[in-house]
Amino acid sequence: MTIVKHELRQGRTSFLIWTCAIGFLLTVCIFLFPEMKSEMGEINDLFASMGSFTAAFGMDRLNFGTLMGYYAVECGNILGLGGAFYSAFCAVNILSKEEKGRTAEFMLTHPVSRVRIITEKLTAVLLQISGMNLIIYVLSVISMLIIGEEIPWKELCLLHLAYYLLQMELAGICFCISAFIRKGSIGAGLGIAAITYFLNIIANITEKAKFLKYVTPFGYCEGADIVTEGSLDGTKIGIGLAMGVIGIIIAYRKYAKKDIY
Amino acid sequence: MDAIRISNLTKYYGKSRGISELNLKIKEGEFFGFIGPNGAGKSTTIRTLLGLISPTSGSAQIFGKDIKKEREKILQNIGYLPSEAVFYPGMKVKEVLTLSADMRKMNCLDAAKKLCERLQLDTNRKVDELSFGNRKKVAIVCALQSNPRLLILDEPTGGLDPLMQREFFDILRERNHAGTTIFLSSHVLSEIQRNCTRAAIIREGKIIICDSVDVLAQTNAKRITIHGSVNLDGLKGICDKKEIGGAVSFLYSGDIKVLLQRLAAGGVSDLSILEPDLEEIFLHYYEKEGYRA
Repeated sequence: MTIVKHELRQGRTSFLIWTCAIGFLLTVCIFLFPEMKSEMGEINDLFASMGSFTAAFGMDRLNFGTLMGYYAVECGNILGLGGAFYSAFCAVNILSKEEKGRTAEFMLTHPVSRVRIITEKLTAVLLQISGMNLIIYVLSVISMLIIGEEIPWKELCLLHLAYYLLQMELAGICFCISAFIRKGSIGAGLGIAAITYFLNIIANITEKAKFLKYVTPFGYCEGADIVTEGSLDGTKIGIGLAMGVIGIIIAYRKYAKKDIY
Repeated sequence: MDAIRISNLTKYYGKSRGISELNLKIKEGEFFGFIGPNGAGKSTTIRTLLGLISPTSGSAQIFGKDIKKEREKILQNIGYLPSEAVFYPGMKVKEVLTLSADMRKMNCLDAAKKLCERLQLDTNRKVDELSFGNRKKVAIVCALQSNPRLLILDEPTGGLDPLMQREFFDILRERNHAGTTIFLSSHVLSEIQRNCTRAAIIREGKIIICDSVDVLAQTNAKRITIHGSVNLDGLKGICDKKEIGGAVSFLYSGDIKVLLQRLAAGGVSDLSILEPDLEEIFLHYYEKEGYRA
């Protein structure tokens, strides 16, 4: 596990920054809920007058007066986007950085098989994403307990699980990209995270683009669906995770034989 | 036993030639020099041997193991010193050395300590803060601390001051006497001439000659330097003629009697006749036409 430890040490600064930033924003949002709740009549009227904008973020089907309705939207924006960026950032950089930073000659001339290097680097990515999600989940629960709201455990867990799976899928896809490219990897990773986010918004706005829900991992993270139905969409998750796993398999096949310059 | 055996090894980068049908044998325990200018194929050869790039065709074995099939086992026996030492930002020297040892599943603390003392390397400094030469020292310790059977060194002395270069080659000679095979790739020919027993010259991806350094340096040509005035017009066997500070210097491989007659007829105030050094020999191997040592 030498490479796992090395990668975790190398990535600890960005792990702390992303976890603190997402955790802080999410915590602030939860602490703002009691105040929002008291003004909910005006806010619901405001959202009702915003047309397709509310549909874009799934706010037309959520009640902002409840903790879960409010949290589902905020969580979607903060943990959804922030977590997607972080997982893409972690995964897209993990293999390509050796060539970009010219450390490949160091890493790959030690008696460690390419497959082991890929496995340990992938493990490090998954551990970082899991660690961030766990910390943010605990922070959310503590914040909800502090504001004295009753915690809707099932919806909360489903929401966090959906975003965790989203991050895993994006990590798998970006890990694949990382095996191919040498430069510009971070831009590509963050670009994919942003595109998938906006694809979901487009799918929310127009019926004609509903199929995009099966393309973007944000499709199975729709807070409105999860809160109202009390379950996750297995088909969308299955497609998403299959894409992530295929990405990882391609990464193994590519990087194990790749010419390293 | 052959430490390295390369058979018809070829590597193309798309349509660009890296190396072409390279053949080379290096016995275990040799101090072998690999000479060639930038772009000749030295690094491609090394990268292929280390498994960083796959050959287009041909094969190579290190200690009898195929580079494509047994890469991990081969690397267990190799210490590699890259031409440019780059490490992970934010790490201290001692952390880099520990990481390198851990990746070999070895405890190299004692060996690393001795090497750091000899090379005057502060292990508590961060690698980002080190000069090019000091980063090179870190790479040297990484390559040597596991006491590998084969050392592959790519332009090893770049950035090292003369005293450190001397210490480094002292260490290499000690290791070589203890049985370590050394593959030294360099374009500093004096390094090869002083330290290696055999050497190969690579040009445009092909080995053009491989022999003992003594044989490579042997030639019937002499470096003649004349102070004074001598008519050299029409004299056959002259090449690399240059004028330095009123003296004329050239390599001469023609009839020595004819030269002596010309010198006697001219006004020579001083004369030196020397064996050409390996650098001059090397330059002539790189000439496509004319004199061949």
